[in-house]
Amino acid sequence: MTAPVLSLTDVTFRWQPGLPDVLSVPAFQMQPGERVFLAGPSGSGKSTLLSLVAGIATPRTGHIQVLGQPLSQMRGSARDRFRADQLGIIFQMFNLLPYLPVLQNVLLPCRFSRARRARAIARDGSVEAQARRLLGALGLDADDLLRRPVTALSVGQQQRVAAARALMGAPALVIADEPTSALDADRRLEFVDLLSSECDASGAALLFVSHDQTLASHFPRRLSLLDINQADTQSGSEVTP
Amino acid sequence: MTVLSLARRSLWNRRGTAALVVCSVALSVALLLGVERLRTEARESFANTLSGVDLIVGARSGPINLLLYSVFRLGDPINNVSWASYERIAEHPQVAWTVPLSLGDSLRGFPVLGTTQAYFTHYRYGRDQSLSLAHGEIFDGIFDAVLGAEVARRLGYDLGDEIVLAHGTSAVSLTQHDDKPFRVVGVLERTGTPVDNTVHISLAGMEAIHVDWRGGAPIPGLSISAERVQSMDLTPDSITAVMVGLTSRRAVFQVQRQINTDRDEALMAIMPGLTLQQLWDLMRVGENALLAVSALVMLVALTVMLTALLTGLNERRREMALLRALGARPWQIFALIIGESLLLSILGALLGVVLLQGLALGASGWLSGQLGLTVTLWPPTLHEMKILAILFAGGILVGLWPAWRAYRNALTDGMAIRM
Repeated sequence: MTAPVLSLTDVTFRWQPGLPDVLSVPAFQMQPGERVFLAGPSGSGKSTLLSLVAGIATPRTGHIQVLGQPLSQMRGSARDRFRADQLGIIFQMFNLLPYLPVLQNVLLPCRFSRARRARAIARDGSVEAQARRLLGALGLDADDLLRRPVTALSVGQQQRVAAARALMGAPALVIADEPTSALDADRRLEFVDLLSSECDASGAALLFVSHDQTLASHFPRRLSLLDINQADTQSGSEVTP
Repeated sequence: MTVLSLARRSLWNRRGTAALVVCSVALSVALLLGVERLRTEARESFANTLSGVDLIVGARSGPINLLLYSVFRLGDPINNVSWASYERIAEHPQVAWTVPLSLGDSLRGFPVLGTTQAYFTHYRYGRDQSLSLAHGEIFDGIFDAVLGAEVARRLGYDLGDEIVLAHGTSAVSLTQHDDKPFRVVGVLERTGTPVDNTVHISLAGMEAIHVDWRGGAPIPGLSISAERVQSMDLTPDSITAVMVGLTSRRAVFQVQRQINTDRDEALMAIMPGLTLQQLWDLMRVGENALLAVSALVMLVALTVMLTALLTGLNERRREMALLRALGARPWQIFALIIGESLLLSILGALLGVVLLQGLALGASGWLSGQLGLTVTLWPPTLHEMKILAILFAGGILVGLWPAWRAYRNALTDGMAIRM
């Protein structure tokens, strides 16, 4: 049996010593290729969880493993490399560097990770070919569009470019943090479907975080952060230690 | 490599602000280096007002006083040097040459110097430049005069013109030597030294216009014509000062001491270079003030850069968080900001040097003509290198704070991208 792509065990986290925990996750796992919808109202520790999974923050206690690797025990630079190699991240909005054209933005992960570059070349012959293939699959294949500055794109197009970038070089896990909240209602489902099918195609697991319950039905597994997070986040700020 | 090319593109994206920062750094560099260069040149040119002369001998007073009246024709000597003493100095075994200087008359405010032809051979200024004639020739006859460039320009005299010297050194003189007019035989090239303002005549000419004078006034009833004076012995009784060249520079202290302790006459010998230095030191306050102002300008430019970097940081917080999410290390974020500030300083410094070079090239003719300053720009002196190094250090220092903040942001922002 292969190792879970993501595994959290007894993880607790607080931003500063003396403050109460904002996150306490006894157990959470994702299998390779699995697509998970994680519902979380704001203030539920969503950003914190994603920071921990991305290795940008480290837990106070407990273990986080990505692809069987103990992320929480790695040194900072090793976590940075691991993130570059194995994670694709899509933010709510403003995902792209405004001074790079579309294609260059999509190629960015391959600049920071040799592993992803190698995987992209192994699959499609060159990093640029893979970028064009992914963009094409997401409905962005016009040549002039690829050379356009990203600021000339609509928000929906920008999110799709971000999705293509997250999938470059076949990361093991794609994290999407409210990627549809800036989109029109009828564009959201379309985006989720495109993202889902591309994740399936590249074999990446998808952790999709959103408070939009209408999207939940499109995921085989649905969770609420309130269920997996045992920390008393709602009254957390009122508790005096 | 990745970070570098991203930094380049990011900076290009903000090229408007960046250009302004580079310009302000460039202007401050140009100003600071320019002031520094002019300061050095002015000091050197001043110190080289007179070179190649080992000693100046005059009546015993203060060294600066002697320098002022003998070289700059400022102020008056308290006493003269007797001709006997002059001859004694000239015959000293270690003295290679002497040039007598006799002052006291003027041409419409410009000082008249009575001397010998040796003056034109031995006078050196700047970087061992000797006097040269713009037109005409060096005086030969008793009533010949050679004008400095400024005298000729301001008074509009040319070759062959007759000039009448006035007694005394004030601009308006009531007593004129109008019985013995001089003729302009030569005009000197501009030097940027007091020579430009001087009317040169022979020592004999100086004596000739004073043969029928006693105690600063014409002797009543005695008038000797210009023709008659030609046949007289025109060796003066005394002169104002003597420029001395030695056979060996090593003898300078010895000869100086001998002259200073002369028992027959109260004489004093000074080393002109040394005294020029002392005189320049008196003006150090102004020099330092100038330097302080340009240092402040550099400080302002660095502050402008700091402001631009800090403002840019808020705009770029998202960019940094994105780069972090893509796998950029915190040190890469740090390097991005430091690199940018260093790049801005280097570009500013280069532009500043180019700007100064252009200005100096454009103005070099005027500078050497009007001020006698020879401005050479390249290679930069060690001192200028130091200034540039300080600027680069300042650039890094200025980048440290924003870089540190970006680094902190990169660590604490986590996955939350803040607006």
